[in-house]
Amino acid sequence: MLEDFIRSVFQGVPVGAVYALIALGFTLTYKTAGVFNLAFGAQAFVAAAVHWELHVHNGWNVAVSAAIAVLVVSPALGVALDFVLFRHLRAASSGARLVTTIGLLVAIPNITKLVLRFTRHPSTGGARGLFSGPDVVYRPFGDAYPITRDELVQLGVVVVAGLALGAMFRFTHLGLRMRAVVESPRLAELGGVNSARVGSFAWALSSAFAGLAGVLIAPTYQNVDAANFFELVIAGIAAAAFGSLVSLPRAFAGALGLGVASTYLATVLPTNSVLARGLKPSLPFVVLFVWVVIAPGLRGQRDVADPLSGVAPPPPASAADERSRSLTIATRGFWSVVGVIVAWAVFFAINDFWLKRIQVLLAVGVIFLSITVMTGIAGQISLCQAAFAAIGAFATTQLAVEQGMSVLVGMLLGGLVSALVGGLLAMPLVRIGGVWLALATLGFALFFHSVIAQLAVVNGGVSKPRTPRPLIGSIDFAADRAFIVLELVVFAIAATIVVLVRGGTTGRFLAALRGSEVAAASIGIGQWRSRVTAFALSAGLAGLGGGLLASAQQSVNYDVSFSPQVGLFFVVVVVTLGSRSIEGALQAAFGFVLFQPLILERALPWVINHIQPFLHVNAISGLFRDILFGLGALTFAKHPEGILEFQKRRSLNRIQRSIDRRKQQPTEAGSTP
Amino acid sequence: MSPLLELEAVDASYGPFRALFGVSFSLESGSALALLGANGAGKTTLARVCTGLVAPTAGSVRFDGVDFSDRRAFEFARAGIVHAVEGRSVFATLTVEENLALALASGRKRSELAVAIDEAYALFPRLGERRRQIAGTLSGGEQRMLSLARVLVDRPRLLVADELSLGLAPIIVDEVYQTLARIREAGTTLLIVEQHVSHALAIADTAVILERGSVGYIGPARDARAHVGV
Ligand SMILES: Nc1ncnc2c1ncn2[C@@H]1O[C@H](COP(=O)(O)OP(=O)(O)OP(=O)(O)O)[C@@H](O)[C@H]1O
Ligand SMILES: [Mg+2]
Repeated sequence: MLEDFIRSVFQGVPVGAVYALIALGFTLTYKTAGVFNLAFGAQAFVAAAVHWELHVHNGWNVAVSAAIAVLVVSPALGVALDFVLFRHLRAASSGARLVTTIGLLVAIPNITKLVLRFTRHPSTGGARGLFSGPDVVYRPFGDAYPITRDELVQLGVVVVAGLALGAMFRFTHLGLRMRAVVESPRLAELGGVNSARVGSFAWALSSAFAGLAGVLIAPTYQNVDAANFFELVIAGIAAAAFGSLVSLPRAFAGALGLGVASTYLATVLPTNSVLARGLKPSLPFVVLFVWVVIAPGLRGQRDVADPLSGVAPPPPASAADERSRSLTIATRGFWSVVGVIVAWAVFFAINDFWLKRIQVLLAVGVIFLSITVMTGIAGQISLCQAAFAAIGAFATTQLAVEQGMSVLVGMLLGGLVSALVGGLLAMPLVRIGGVWLALATLGFALFFHSVIAQLAVVNGGVSKPRTPRPLIGSIDFAADRAFIVLELVVFAIAATIVVLVRGGTTGRFLAALRGSEVAAASIGIGQWRSRVTAFALSAGLAGLGGGLLASAQQSVNYDVSFSPQVGLFFVVVVVTLGSRSIEGALQAAFGFVLFQPLILERALPWVINHIQPFLHVNAISGLFRDILFGLGALTFAKHPEGILEFQKRRSLNRIQRSIDRRKQQPTEAGSTP
Repeated sequence: MSPLLELEAVDASYGPFRALFGVSFSLESGSALALLGANGAGKTTLARVCTGLVAPTAGSVRFDGVDFSDRRAFEFARAGIVHAVEGRSVFATLTVEENLALALASGRKRSELAVAIDEAYALFPRLGERRRQIAGTLSGGEQRMLSLARVLVDRPRLLVADELSLGLAPIIVDEVYQTLARIREAGTTLLIVEQHVSHALAIADTAVILERGSVGYIGPARDARAHVGV
């Protein structure tokens, strides 16, 4: 027993050191830049990719290459982010800033891949070569406790970096200035602090820290891939949460504890059980979730308002908070026409390829309605909508295949199970709200990913059962066109529910609470129930959509359609294309499913090839889709209704105004003789 | 000798909203000016222009003969202008000591800073008792002391004080004004924005009365009373 524990300490401390590096960097970003930076892993990835490119691919000296990645590229990236984005978001809510970082999380790795042409040479196996030579193993404590050189380096760096950061906060004035600028850049300026410079420096420093983490951690994986960093960042956040995001020593201790605990768990749990395999990687997510729910310090943390925020002029009036009637009429007319054309195409013109896409589109549309409820109506960011959808998909499949249930009933039950899970999750979370709710849902999504989705009772085991199509009486929905009709009916019902909830008591309660975390802290039981209801409804819709998607594709493509990363992308797409309306959900589904095959692979190349004869473009890389939507999400803070929605309203307002002007001119001319 | 602060035909706006229209005045070194006016007249905006928080859209701000129109607020601060802002004026998330350290740091070495902070505690023993307290949890009066402590220790060349008496008990207000008088004797030029007209006029030599963003009266403080009465 004791021996097990000691061995866990030896094996766990290096793991913890990796977590600690991230936890420190994350705490640093929060403390000095005031941003809950989910894109931390993306920044780490950039440094790792640059280092890989220079050192492994171009054969540069390892020290030179690492120094360029960590000390030049990373700080430059940080300063650029501050300059372009975060400097302008100081007054935005923390939730809006979180969405911004999610957009970056999606966009930055793809931009990096594009710039470095990472897709051209497979990066497999490359990461191990980041530091020269094979593993060197030391055994200072006997053969039972080996330590590799990489681990020693990581441990050394994290200790030195932690001490340096601590010293900076303790012995220099800079730490204090950075914290002051986070609270109120203007008040800091009145104290003689150049807040723009301090803010940029904070970003440069934290970005360099991310780069350091990236370069050090990359070799522990087979590939240089942004996904690796993503899960590590969540583990780091769990550790940082132990320090309430302000205490560096506690974040450090939390990270080491987490590393040791997860290693220890792996030794005491029966080997080869799913619990042992799944719980070790997912322990940080469980810890994060539980900690967010129980920690008193985190609940108390609210955005402290900048006392001088009144100096800034109010933001320019958005194109109109309420949609104008003419826009509603115009869009309804537009969509009716589109609907008729699409219906004609579906039944008479298009081939199988597009039929499949349209089936996916409608199912995804139902899933996206769940984000309309969650973000558009309840004003919360949930990052586990893909997990809810997966619950529906798995439940539908299992109920139909194992229990022999009717598929349609299976879908409904799947939605119900998902709604139940969502409601249960929501109960402790909705009072916390904001960024912490988003994080807890992300913790749940990752836990679901690494434990629940791996269980044979959930995923059907290795045989990968096929999800059947519904059969109602004599109507068989196995035919694609029939299935599309069924999907349309389901979508219409789901949309009607959303509209009814939005207009009802629940919707009005939620509208009153939206965006106000102070109000959320003191919500009464009525509002609490409204939020839990919204959460459950949202989860239920996601589950229903997930079941529909599985049935449409006749299998559960978990990794492609339901993984946590996909869930993040869901949020990014919906937030970009409009989270406030049914139409927005449809637009988002179109963007998610058809943007790539239709626009990037066909329409745009066709246009490019027709307007210029020199360059022949085949298809534009799918990376662009992710980059575009990721960048789109950056506008969330400014246009919470979605950038597309905003543009539509603005263009329509312009048209309206020019019509008004034309109407006015004759009367003016008439009145002056 | 040029005046310490000189505004010439200053316009200022918040986005599309115009708050100041061609405001001009000058302030001699060592003098005190009272800035009066109805709610929403633009007093706070004018104070912000004088300390660089709001950049003028037209006209010029000159401090000590140097054009400051395009400079940022921290440059005003480094030139020796202190702005005691309306309402909460301390960093709520930092401790009392950290607030003081931040406010008193510029131009001091580490050892000098410690001396300066002790000086502040000597002036306001209440702050000394609460040096580890988070400033956001101080009472309104204590927060005011915290921002005044800086002024007393730092002896700025120009103090722009926006409604210092807001929300304070009358007896404390008297104390605050005695403090202002002391500051002035020590050589600091004052620009005082006040609703308590009598207090402000008692200490000031000159008065400026703003009416909807323009200067309605400028002249000796003792004659301003009549104008206010109108
Ligand atoms: N950030 C801002 N955005 C838009 N308008 C503003 C802003 N700050 C002030 N204003 C407007 O500018 C005008 C002048 O405001 P200011 O705060 O300077 O008035 P004041 O004289 O200090 O009033 P009070 O005595 O109430 O403090 C007011 O009409 C106010 O509504
Ligand atoms: Mg005012």
